[in-house]
Amino acid sequence: MNVIEVNKLRKEFKSYSSRSGLKGAFRDLFTRNYKVLRAVDDISLQIKEGEMVGYIGENGAGKSTTIKMLTGILTPTAGEVRVNGMDPHREREKFVRTIGVVFGQRSQLWWDIAVQESFRLLKKVYKVSDEDYNTHMKEVIETLEIEPLLDKPVRKLSLGQRMRCELAAALIHNPPLLFLDEPTIGLDVLVKMKIRAFLKEINKKYKTTILLTTHDLADIEALCDRVVLLDEGKIIYDGRLDELQKNWVEGKQVHFEFQELVEVSSLEELSKDFDVKWRPGERKNQWVATVEGDDDAVSRLMSQVMLKHAISDVKINQVSTEEIIRNIYEEGIIHG
Amino acid sequence: MANLSMYGEMIRIRFLMMLAYRTNYYSGILIYSINIGAYYFLWQAIYGSQETLGGLSVMQMTTYVAIAWMARAFYFNNIDREIAQEIQEGKVAIEMIRPYHYLAVKTMQGLGEGLFRLLFFSVPGMFIIWLAFPIDFSNSLNVWALFFISIIFSFIVNTQINLITGILTFFLLYNTGLIRAKRVVIDLFSGLLLPISFYPIWAQDIMMFLPFQAISYIPSMIFTEGFTGAEVYSALGIQLFWALFLIIPIQFLWVIAKKQLIIQGG
Ligand SMILES: Nc1ncnc2c1ncn2[C@@H]1O[C@H](COP(=O)(O)OP(=O)(O)O)[C@@H](O)[C@H]1O
Ligand SMILES: [Mg+2]
Repeated sequence: MNVIEVNKLRKEFKSYSSRSGLKGAFRDLFTRNYKVLRAVDDISLQIKEGEMVGYIGENGAGKSTTIKMLTGILTPTAGEVRVNGMDPHREREKFVRTIGVVFGQRSQLWWDIAVQESFRLLKKVYKVSDEDYNTHMKEVIETLEIEPLLDKPVRKLSLGQRMRCELAAALIHNPPLLFLDEPTIGLDVLVKMKIRAFLKEINKKYKTTILLTTHDLADIEALCDRVVLLDEGKIIYDGRLDELQKNWVEGKQVHFEFQELVEVSSLEELSKDFDVKWRPGERKNQWVATVEGDDDAVSRLMSQVMLKHAISDVKINQVSTEEIIRNIYEEGIIHG
Repeated sequence: MANLSMYGEMIRIRFLMMLAYRTNYYSGILIYSINIGAYYFLWQAIYGSQETLGGLSVMQMTTYVAIAWMARAFYFNNIDREIAQEIQEGKVAIEMIRPYHYLAVKTMQGLGEGLFRLLFFSVPGMFIIWLAFPIDFSNSLNVWALFFISIIFSFIVNTQINLITGILTFFLLYNTGLIRAKRVVIDLFSGLLLPISFYPIWAQDIMMFLPFQAISYIPSMIFTEGFTGAEVYSALGIQLFWALFLIIPIQFLWVIAKKQLIIQGG
């Protein structure tokens, strides 16, 4: 059974712009200029029960907008959404009882009161019985190690502590479907690992379906078999993560363009202390070195090479996560 | 039933929040005492040697002032400002993922605030005032009962006006001016500062068609027994009318606001 069923989903925002000057301001009173921005562009997606899906893309790709449509916060401009077999809008109150949501960028706990008071209130809001609460939440609280935080007001918690409490709060009614929008943003590695372990556990135990957006590919690597890549509102890849990893490009690339012909053996000899692979570039006398290691290694390699061979151009490709994804994606299409 | 316990919990949480910010509450007591004291001496001076003014004796007037301010502690709340802030922060959109009605929640929070002040502020305050000033508390249980019904309506009408003011933030980018203006209008036209019967007739005629008198004038007049017999019931009728009538603009604005919320994201 599909927990999430999305067909040609689209969301457009009107963004108004002001005309300049007094005359412009006066005209704005009557008709305003606006541009239409398509934040989500006809995406189709099915997610099955128990899946953990990573939803990734650059800033502004439309991840949050998608999540907001799936949770009923926003209504689509076009397309169909069915989540947990319901239309998130038409059956709002019934629907929201079947989902849990965490927005990493904004707190859903009450700022001025102790965490446990927020939990108590949410327990009442979701009509959770004492029995269910005690068995289920006790575990959640233990696993997330938030017991000592429960009597502290939210505003006194660190980001990592708060995020663990947010996660627990989203699970009070033990929802079968969990949306996490950048739940690990700004957290240190230790907290990230705790959260990942926890998500794995509830997924295993309750078959909780999880859709998670993140900037951090490590989150996805640790959790998701399946990734959906979004770019400018379009899905550019939807498939298994290990398919992607086959074509993973790691490290840094340095493009050398030499002034004269250079043999690969000479380059290899020069760089034998480094973990580096050489391949010919697209242009004449161009060689591309893929270097494993830190920036220091890269700069030492560069100076070594440049001492020996006159160059006309050199370029370091900082392979960002997004670029890696895009590379992988481009190759992914070719192979699959 | 489960809903009731949820709203009860919300009232409780607001109680806790009020406790967390006790200092505001102490300064509130001071402000209210100063106001009541100042108006007491002002009215003493205005009455001078006259027995009655505007149908109220000086004793009734003193009682009116005291009870009007004490009732204000119950019906007054800041949910208009809270709603405005939550709209601007984009919190209201996120509230759509909760299985409750946002406006009902805000109303309950206002009620929590009101009940807190009624218990910890009005009741002890009234006792102090009763010691300090010659005030005439009715010993008729009937009057007290009618007064309590009446301040419940005060709360409802005042909160409804706050809801309207708050929701208007969706349509006006900057709402602080409106919120401040609303506060002045309510203090002036509700009969808090001056009983409606003291206004010129033409002003009274206009105010008859406005909801503000339902907030302060009516409960205070009931308490001081400025209204008696059938007058009391028609006054309660006016309050009931406004409590029902104001549902219409609230629903109307909320439907439009929600539409904007789910289309534009706030
Ligand atoms: N309420 C809104 N009004 C207008 N534009 C919006 C609104 N919400 C998001 N956008 C725009 O839609 C695009 C997608 O945003 P978002 O879904 O937040 O991206 P992501 O979460 O992937 O970073 C962005 O260009 C953003 O500026
Ligand atoms: Mg986002």
